[in-house]
Amino acid sequence: MIQVKNLKKSFGINEVLKDINVTVKPQEVVVVIGPSGSGKSTFLRCINMLETITGGHVYVEGIDITDKKTDINKVRTEVGMVFQQFNLFPHKKVIENIMLAPMKVRKVSAEVARAKGLELLRKVGLVDKAEAFPDSLSGGQKQRVAIARALAMEPNIMLFDEPTSALDPEMVGEVLEVMKQLAKEGMTMVVVTHEMGFAKEVGDRVLFMDGGLIVEENIPKELFDNPKEERTKAFLSKVL
Amino acid sequence: MDFRWDIIAEYAPFFLKGTLLTIGLSVASILIGTVLGLFIGLGKMMRNKLYALPFKWYINFFRGTPLMVQILLVHFAVVPSFLGTTNAIFAAIVALSLNSAAYVAEIFRAGIQSIDRGQMEAARSLGMTHGQAMRNVILPQAFKRMIPPLGNEFIVLIKDSSLAALIAAPELMYWGRAMQGQYMRPWEPYLTAAVIYLVLTLSLSFLLNRLERRLATE
Repeated sequence: MIQVKNLKKSFGINEVLKDINVTVKPQEVVVVIGPSGSGKSTFLRCINMLETITGGHVYVEGIDITDKKTDINKVRTEVGMVFQQFNLFPHKKVIENIMLAPMKVRKVSAEVARAKGLELLRKVGLVDKAEAFPDSLSGGQKQRVAIARALAMEPNIMLFDEPTSALDPEMVGEVLEVMKQLAKEGMTMVVVTHEMGFAKEVGDRVLFMDGGLIVEENIPKELFDNPKEERTKAFLSKVL
Repeated sequence: MDFRWDIIAEYAPFFLKGTLLTIGLSVASILIGTVLGLFIGLGKMMRNKLYALPFKWYINFFRGTPLMVQILLVHFAVVPSFLGTTNAIFAAIVALSLNSAAYVAEIFRAGIQSIDRGQMEAARSLGMTHGQAMRNVILPQAFKRMIPPLGNEFIVLIKDSSLAALIAAPELMYWGRAMQGQYMRPWEPYLTAAVIYLVLTLSLSFLLNRLERRLATE
C-alpha cells in the first residue's frame, strides 16, 4: 500500500529524516511515536508530498510519488490527511467543507456531494452541525468534521498528524472513537500521535522514531512491554 | 467675507459633469487596477525569482515615482507613441490604473500571505490543484482581509484622480480651476470641489463598511 525506501528529507542543512524504510500493508494501522523533533510529522507529510522529498522513494499503491511525471493531485485523492490544527475552511459551512473537494476534484454533482457529506457527518455524529460554520464548533467537533472531509474523497489510506494534540483533554476521546471505528472498518492508517493508549489498542504496528530514524518497530505489545533499544526505553519511561 | 453662492450655482452643471467624470475615472481605474494588481501580485509571489523580477520592478517603479510624473509621461509620451495622438481621459485612466495596480498588488500579496499555510495544505491534501485551492479556499478568505486596505487605496485613487486636471481631463478639479480662473476667487471653487470629493470618499467608505459587515456575519 505504502512503501517508503531510503527516504531522506532536509530543511537547509538540517537533516530531519535520515534514512526511513517502511512498508504499510493494506488495512494495517501503523502508529508512529517519538519525541518532538524526531521527524515523525515530516515523515507523514512526505507520504503525500506536502514536503518535497530530498532523497529516496515513496510508493503509494505502487506509484512512485517522487517521480516528477506522477500526477500528485491524483495520488492525493487516494490519501486522506487529518491535521493537528484541523485546517477547516472557515469561510464555508461544515457541509460545504466536506462537499468542496468531491465537487471540484471528482466533479460530482452538488446533490450527490451533499448526500455523501450528510452520511459522513452522521457517521462522525455531527449531522446536526451541517449548516454551522467551523468557528462555532468545539475542537473535537472540528476534528471530526476534518475526518469526514478527508473521507469524502473516499481515500484508501488515511494519514493522521497528531489529530488530538490540539484538543482539550475531554475531547480527545470522541476523536479517537471515530478513528477506532475507521480502523475497524479496515481503513489503512498511519497515525502520528502521543496517545499511547490508542497505539496499544488500535495499532497493528508501532514505529518509534528519534533523530530522523526509525529506532524500533514492533507490534504494540512487544514495543511497549519489551522495548529493545535504550532510546525507546528512555522515551517510554517518560510518557507512560 | 462675502461668499458668492450665485457663482457656485452658475457652475453647478459643470461641477456635475466634472463629478460624473471623476466617478467614471475612479471606477474604471479601480476595476482595471484591481484586476491588473491581482495579476501582478500573483506574479511577484512566483517562486522563480527571475520570473518574479519584472513584477517586483513594476511595483517599485509605480510606487517609487510621483503619480503626477506618471500622468504626464502617459499622456504626452506613452499614449502618443502607441496611438499617434492622445486623449486626456484615456491617458488619465491608464495612468491611474497602472499606478493603483502597484498598490493593489501589494495588498493582494499581503492578504494571500496572511492566510494560514494549513489552508493551502488541507486543500492540496484533498487533491485540489494549486489553482483550485487558490480560487476556492485562499482567495475568498484573503479577499475579506483585503477590504479595509483596498478601501483605503480606492479612496486615495478618487482623490488622486484630481491630478488629471493637469492634462485637461474635464473632471471635478478641472472645473474648479476653470471657475477660479474666471472669477479670481479662491474659496468658492476649491471649497465646492473639496466638499464634493468628501461626499464621494465618505460614500465609498460607507459602502465598504457595509460590505465588510455583511461578510463578517457569515
